[in-house]
Amino acid sequence: MTVSETHGAIHAVWRIESARLIAGLARMVRDVGLAEELAQDALVAALERWPESGVPENPGAWLMATAKRRAIDELRRGKLLERKHEELGHAMEARRELTARDLEAAIDDDVGDDLLRLVFVSCHPVLSTEARVALTLRLLGGLTTEEIARAFLVPEATVAQRIVRAKRTLAEARVPFEVPRGEELAARLASVLQVVYLVFNEGYAATAGDDWMRPALCEDALRLGRILAELVPKEPEVHGLVALMEIQASRAGARVDPSGAPILLLDQDRARWDQLLIRRGLAALERAEGLGGALGPYALQAAIAACHARARTAAETDWSRIAALYDALAQLSPSPIVELNRAVALSMAFGPAAGLAAADALIAEPSLERYHLLPSVRGDLLAKLGRFEEARVELERAASLTRNVRERDLLLGRAAACARAALGRPDVS
Amino acid sequence: MRFMMLMIPKGYEKAAPGTLPDAEHVKAMMKYNESLQKAGVLLALDGLHPPSAGARVSFPGGKPRVTDGPFPEAKEVVGGYWMIQVKSKEEAIAWASRCPASGDETIEIRQVQELSELPEDVRKAAAGIEPRPGQRRGA
Repeated sequence: MTVSETHGAIHAVWRIESARLIAGLARMVRDVGLAEELAQDALVAALERWPESGVPENPGAWLMATAKRRAIDELRRGKLLERKHEELGHAMEARRELTARDLEAAIDDDVGDDLLRLVFVSCHPVLSTEARVALTLRLLGGLTTEEIARAFLVPEATVAQRIVRAKRTLAEARVPFEVPRGEELAARLASVLQVVYLVFNEGYAATAGDDWMRPALCEDALRLGRILAELVPKEPEVHGLVALMEIQASRAGARVDPSGAPILLLDQDRARWDQLLIRRGLAALERAEGLGGALGPYALQAAIAACHARARTAAETDWSRIAALYDALAQLSPSPIVELNRAVALSMAFGPAAGLAAADALIAEPSLERYHLLPSVRGDLLAKLGRFEEARVELERAASLTRNVRERDLLLGRAAACARAALGRPDVS
Repeated sequence: MRFMMLMIPKGYEKAAPGTLPDAEHVKAMMKYNESLQKAGVLLALDGLHPPSAGARVSFPGGKPRVTDGPFPEAKEVVGGYWMIQVKSKEEAIAWASRCPASGDETIEIRQVQELSELPEDVRKAAAGIEPRPGQRRGA
């Protein structure tokens, strides 16, 4: 192997091992920031030594052993104590643990719990959402600061600072390295899932000209979600989120045309939906449903996505089921956007009048005042009911609200068709 | 990116129909598969029956011709596969290197072609007819 090939191999090992490594070290030293530094030191040692010695047979164990030696050295030199003089008790505890325990045996410990602790600490509510995202991708996703910066279109220094501050905040707030219990667990898990879904959506929002790091965020989020599903297999919402992401990702190849313009779900070529991801998504949804109890918001959204995924053609979509699922979602996490989607589902299931009644109820909603999809949906439903003049007004209003030129042209075209229909001329669209 | 890891067991080209892996081997492999699953990289996997139970369809002169297995000319055949999603070829190699495979087994790593890496004319051909709003594809 050449040096650069070895470096490639080392970075691959890092991608696979870093989260477990940092998690294991964090349990020992009780400080996520220090744990990451120790892990990084081990990586540097590997970059120095492996090009000559070759990649060891068990690279993860090598990195862990190296990092632990460093941790002990630090302890002996009193650096750890110095760093943590405010937390003498903690440091003493760490020292006791380090010296008394059989260090080698610790390598074989079930790292699952440590990994889960690391997940919860990285997504701790004491941190800002941006910090949670950066820390999660860095500590659990194995991404470099540069990769995170490229993916989120921000300067590398900004991300580096976010991570440094996040680590400091965790240390200052004395966030314990543990999995929350009881009532706290649900809220903390929701924060974790939110971070993962946020990463996914950032990747999903990427467009054709973007750096490949951006769409790759979808894969990073899916990987994190799949890891979580194995760590907390009894939490239905984790499987719900995985199902939602798998099914959404299955449409990646069908949702833009060759020129990069978005294609609406019902107009997508379903032959290009990724059946492997759909199968995985449906299986994850089954796991969520199989755990019993009412479905949570992610599982409900996944169930709606699954209705589309199961329909071989747009015409075969089970709209009454989708409408019922939106009912449940609207009750669980009410939002005007959910209501609007529910109105569309109702119109598809029970006719435009039913949909329009639900959409009309949203007219007074202040958060939708500047949202083009409300008049767009109402315009469509009015046109279907033959109320062309009202439909034209709504579609023109929608056109004036959208920032997307292509969409504006489309809306104006439909408005013009309504104007012609209002005059009794045949609709050409 | 996705990679297929193709397991090529030596001698599988001559294995009798119904040949199945032994319990010890399966146990070790299950542990490995579990590690892939826990790391969130595993998308799918399957083991394949030996070629003696399969068939080959070739196309001499453009016409299909069926040959039942085994295939004497085959030097190495696929015994199973894993489909994984990773960041790089190096990562796929790192995962393959962890497989508890025997001295008679080889794993070949092949990247899955993504639609986005194909040239535009190929992409258009793959897309078929441009979908138009309201147009329904045949059942």
